[in-house]
Amino acid sequence: MDENKKIVYPYMPNSVESIKKEMMDALGIKNMEELYSYIPEELRMKGKLNLPKPLLSEIELKEHVEGILSKNISCNEYLSFLGAGCYRHYVPAVCDEINSRSEFLTAYCGGTYTDHGKCQAIFEFTSLMGELVDMDVVALATYDGSQAASTSLRMTNRITNRNKLLVPKTMNPEILAHIRNYCDFMTITQVDYDPKTGQMDLEDLRRKISDDVAAVFIENPSYLGFIEENGREIGEIAHEHGALFVVYADPSSLGILEAPANYGADITCGDIQCLGMHMGYGSGLSGYIASKNEPQFIMNFPNHFYSLYENEKGEFGFSRSLNQRTSYGSREKAVEYLGTNTGLWAITAAVYLSLMGPQGMYDLGKNIISKAKYAVEVLSSIKGVKVLFEDSTNFKEFILNFDETNKSVEEINKELLRKGIFGGKDLSREFKELGNSALYCVTELTKKEDIDRLAKELSDILS
Amino acid sequence: MAKKLGLIVNPIAGMGGRVGLKGTDGEETLKKALMLGAKKEAPDKAKKALKYIRENIDEIEILTYPSDMGQNECIELGLNHKVIGEIHYEMTTYKDTEEAAKRMMENDVDLILFAGGDGTARNICSIIGDKIPVIGIPAGVKIHSAVFATNPLNAGRIVEEFFKNPNMELRESEVMDIDEDEFRKGRVAAKLYGYMKVPYQRAYVQSLKSGGIYSDEISLEGIADYVIENMEKDCFYLIGAGTTTRKILERLKLPYTLLGVDIVKDKKLVLNDANEKDILRIVDSNKFKIIVSPIGGQGYIFGRGNQQLSPAVIKACGKDNVIVISTPGKIASLKSKPLLVDTGDDEADEMLKGYYRVIVGYDEIYVYKCS
Amino acid sequence: MGKIKLRNFHQARWDEPIIFELSTPGQRGILLPEIDDEIVDRVGDAEEIIPKKVKRNKKPQLPELSQPQVLRHFLRLSQETLGQDINIDIGLGTCTMKYSPKIHEQFVRNPKFSELHPLQDEETTQGILEIMYKTAELLKEISGMDAFVFQAGGGAQAVFSNASILKAYHTDRGEGDKRTEIITTAFSHPVNAAAPHTKGFKVITLMPDEETGYPSIEALKSVVSDRTAGLFITNPEDTGIFNVHIKEMVDIVHEAGGLCIGDIADANGLFGIVRAKEMGYDMCHYNLHKAFSSPHGSMGPCCGAQGVKKFLEKYLPVPVVAFDGEKYYLDYDRPHSIGKVRMFYGVVAAVLRAYSWIVSLGADGLKEVSELSILNNNYLMKRLLTEVRGISAPYSKERFRMEQVRYSWEKLKEETGVGTEDVERRCMDYGLQEFYQSHPPYLVPEPFTPEPNETFSKDEIDEYAEIMKKVSQEAYENPELVKTAPHNGPISLIPQPPITDPEDLIVTWRVYKKKKGID
Repeated sequence: MDENKKIVYPYMPNSVESIKKEMMDALGIKNMEELYSYIPEELRMKGKLNLPKPLLSEIELKEHVEGILSKNISCNEYLSFLGAGCYRHYVPAVCDEINSRSEFLTAYCGGTYTDHGKCQAIFEFTSLMGELVDMDVVALATYDGSQAASTSLRMTNRITNRNKLLVPKTMNPEILAHIRNYCDFMTITQVDYDPKTGQMDLEDLRRKISDDVAAVFIENPSYLGFIEENGREIGEIAHEHGALFVVYADPSSLGILEAPANYGADITCGDIQCLGMHMGYGSGLSGYIASKNEPQFIMNFPNHFYSLYENEKGEFGFSRSLNQRTSYGSREKAVEYLGTNTGLWAITAAVYLSLMGPQGMYDLGKNIISKAKYAVEVLSSIKGVKVLFEDSTNFKEFILNFDETNKSVEEINKELLRKGIFGGKDLSREFKELGNSALYCVTELTKKEDIDRLAKELSDILS
Repeated sequence: MAKKLGLIVNPIAGMGGRVGLKGTDGEETLKKALMLGAKKEAPDKAKKALKYIRENIDEIEILTYPSDMGQNECIELGLNHKVIGEIHYEMTTYKDTEEAAKRMMENDVDLILFAGGDGTARNICSIIGDKIPVIGIPAGVKIHSAVFATNPLNAGRIVEEFFKNPNMELRESEVMDIDEDEFRKGRVAAKLYGYMKVPYQRAYVQSLKSGGIYSDEISLEGIADYVIENMEKDCFYLIGAGTTTRKILERLKLPYTLLGVDIVKDKKLVLNDANEKDILRIVDSNKFKIIVSPIGGQGYIFGRGNQQLSPAVIKACGKDNVIVISTPGKIASLKSKPLLVDTGDDEADEMLKGYYRVIVGYDEIYVYKCS
Repeated sequence: MGKIKLRNFHQARWDEPIIFELSTPGQRGILLPEIDDEIVDRVGDAEEIIPKKVKRNKKPQLPELSQPQVLRHFLRLSQETLGQDINIDIGLGTCTMKYSPKIHEQFVRNPKFSELHPLQDEETTQGILEIMYKTAELLKEISGMDAFVFQAGGGAQAVFSNASILKAYHTDRGEGDKRTEIITTAFSHPVNAAAPHTKGFKVITLMPDEETGYPSIEALKSVVSDRTAGLFITNPEDTGIFNVHIKEMVDIVHEAGGLCIGDIADANGLFGIVRAKEMGYDMCHYNLHKAFSSPHGSMGPCCGAQGVKKFLEKYLPVPVVAFDGEKYYLDYDRPHSIGKVRMFYGVVAAVLRAYSWIVSLGADGLKEVSELSILNNNYLMKRLLTEVRGISAPYSKERFRMEQVRYSWEKLKEETGVGTEDVERRCMDYGLQEFYQSHPPYLVPEPFTPEPNETFSKDEIDEYAEIMKKVSQEAYENPELVKTAPHNGPISLIPQPPITDPEDLIVTWRVYKKKKGID
């Protein structure tokens, strides 16, 4: 660097030469290199990093980054029917207000006293989720739904000491891929479904279950959109064989759909992105795990617990508890590992559920399920378009099959894109047996006109 | 109801130190110490701890022994107390310490605070064993036992926490003493005499902030189970002294000798409390392994409390067949200082040096140096 | 500058009830639009659509509040939280609590980012793919590694992902069943033991040498064998000590057929000074929420950027962002991939922030970051060790440290009965966030690990040192004052044994009510 042109960096107060010198004098050194000159020469960087010329001013940085971002077209600009694990729900303004607060945004692992408010907000998250899923034990949010599912299944292995898992053939392939990697010592068998309804084939389940199965896992609503109605029967079959019953449930459905605990789930898990998080290209995902209030469940959670306690003055405090389970309390003896995951999203979900209340969650569910039904009816009336699993009820997603048209999903989606619409997720590679199909999604943000517009554009494209 | 603290001061403890004598056990030595002008030090040290107790604990009942054995100290500090025994001679002996301990036990004290050294600890241990928790004020010449606080003030603090915190953990800690005659000749020959229960101050663990940390008890079970699962067929296991190693026999549901060497083969007991001869006879040319645990705070794995595992036994065994086990807490207490050996045989010592895969939990291994 | 005046801080204390206690039946926080009449006409009442078998019987017992009440409640809780933005957050070492530039928040809240669905046609996501691709390129230069992905939702998940690659690598070479042991060091982050263990590896932990604080070469040699799968190591270690033998250790493991995985979560002292490549690592990870400025968000969301050498690239989780010379795309066609460690592409918001941070600093700026964080750290160390009674810094006493130091208050505890936890709580009365004590195992007694990164000024570091000096003085003069702290916190000191029994756990309001016998 040119000696005459020393840069003072706004994020680095001590980059002022005179301050640096004062501090170096205090340490009795003449140049910065003396601080690390003991590091062997062969390990040290020769020359300097080959990086682009810096954008030192905030103006240049803003122009540059916003310039790149402007190449994106968002779901605010185009009409989107994408779901499949990440959803465009309405984010109440209060959610954004709270999660942009410096205090929450930049806090970290402070505890009982310094971060009392954060601890309380997290306790409220677990409490609110507890009501939504009707279970007593909920941990601080984990990375995402797929991690929540994988951890839930490893918990069942630790609790039952069994190694086999039964999962639906209709399940989310991304989550399945995660489970395959995370639970690689377990045997995973997929249970068939009724081709008319998508519902788990109970006969096949009975054939495949045995006394060495750790857990039967289902999604409700399913990845493919239908509501699984035989939860109780599935749970009973699992329990008859000493297996646990794990349900992956979409929280946005739980205002109208029964909490899995009430049809036999031992563990409920899922993703809370739908509870107040923007999509952010997938950044908004965050997982939850809830269980029965029994020691063998509790001690097998790898996640943080913020437990409430009360003093004689009636004050509440919160402390991270049972840490011996976690990799903050011990090392390889921990159940799985634990790291920083999604605290801010837990707090945001607490805000969301507080705003919505029981009536809000009920209204949300009704709104979505009505639109899904409307969409199914309107779109299935398009020539050549079929809705699969039509004998089941859809919550917010449904499959459109285009086998009877002469176009592939890819082609259809390209044409929709030209009309400013993001068509549904292409399923033709993930689920070959479903043919030329796509997974469409509606939420409370989808208007009737949007569905009508999609119907019109599809008719045009397919005619 | 106020809790009861038993107080025993061994007034002559530590007298030998200043005048260059190694300990004051035995009347001859004591006389010599007095002739050399030794002063009683234990009473002053005891008073430091008692002063802290006076200032920090409101409700406490102190039961003690006459004269310098506790009564005088209490009077000087204006502490309420009750004298529960008598002494007959001007100069107290170990018998008075033992008698005092017995009286304390009869009077159901909650905790015994004593001032003295390894000898005093040993005398008390011989009476109360692990029946009553104790904490020692270090006042003797020899402080090898793990039952002492680091200084008198901290002994006071531990008493405070013990009386205020009903959940305070108790740990079985070693009572060690060395043969003073040998010691005066320059040879250290420490012996493990037993274990007493000591309130454990959680100096190395977080509490409120972090929630629980695995207790040593859980580690102990993990260690024992891991050792048992990995036991080889037809192999003799010589299991050394201590509470860590004892757990292995407990988990095997076999009788054990806390202070001796037990021999196990194929998960069955071969012999309790084996001496060197027994060992050499039994292992003969058979395959065998030694399981030992370091002495807390010191790190000796051989040469302290394990004399039966003689140089001859060790040489026949070889370093690779020595299994070292320890709780993580015990390793932490070494503050990165290496494990030590002192078998009295240079060749055996040399052979034992190097790195060990110390088993610190179920399938948990620390690689630790021994020198 | 001039004389430092200590603050008489008082934290907000709202005595804020639990949200359920604020509920009034019938209140609403937010309304949804009515369902279009035409939809109702067509599909009927939603009640009738819900399948009877799974219809919710009893509404969830969520609280009912108006919007301003919800806002006020959570704003009060935010005020009872000491975020990095408002305190001299030097204490939480190993966490690199650095300033997160506010302009970055504008970027991630820009709808051109926040309203992107991960499955949109790549034509419409060229901007964000470009940022992901270019950030990987920047990290490749900074580390010397050959490929980067951002799927892991944090450092720990990245270590798990690296452990998954390690297993895939040995399995492919037919040694998966044989190479079952990994080696780590006691002062490496605990996840270097926990994550490989989760993947099924047996863990061997090297304990530190008494003098240097890191394990000796001999310790490593005593355990490497043909069972060794790899070495998971943090350097500089948690103590802020740089292991100068790192390359020799890596070579020993390589010779034995194992791979070396570097945990560079604490990269703040390394930019432009030491790279992963020269240390010989085959894989590594950075935490974008630490050295790369993404905010910590009350424990996430965050991102573990995972970097590997060329020969391991094929194992990376899918998809990988690629560039064909004209457009950016997501490459899923990777048959050797370990699969997924998180859904979609990870916390891309953290990548966007890291990108912005790197391009705003450039090569000189990054080196300045590291040099200043080392300078700040050693300056603070000098002040603490020479001016504060009762503090010490075990190991490697003759050398400068890197970005942090693990100190010990053991002497203070011995002499005053005041331990590190007491000091930590007392610091709050001077306006400080608590400090990080230690990861397990607790080898340094009464530990304390501050990290004065480059975004703190000399005055702030001086203030921090003065606070430690003051608290130590208080410990010697009036230990009760320290032991009963905080005196000005959001709640009173509640002496409470840690919860170690699951029966005592109360993580939901409904359990509290049950225990109390309320409704």
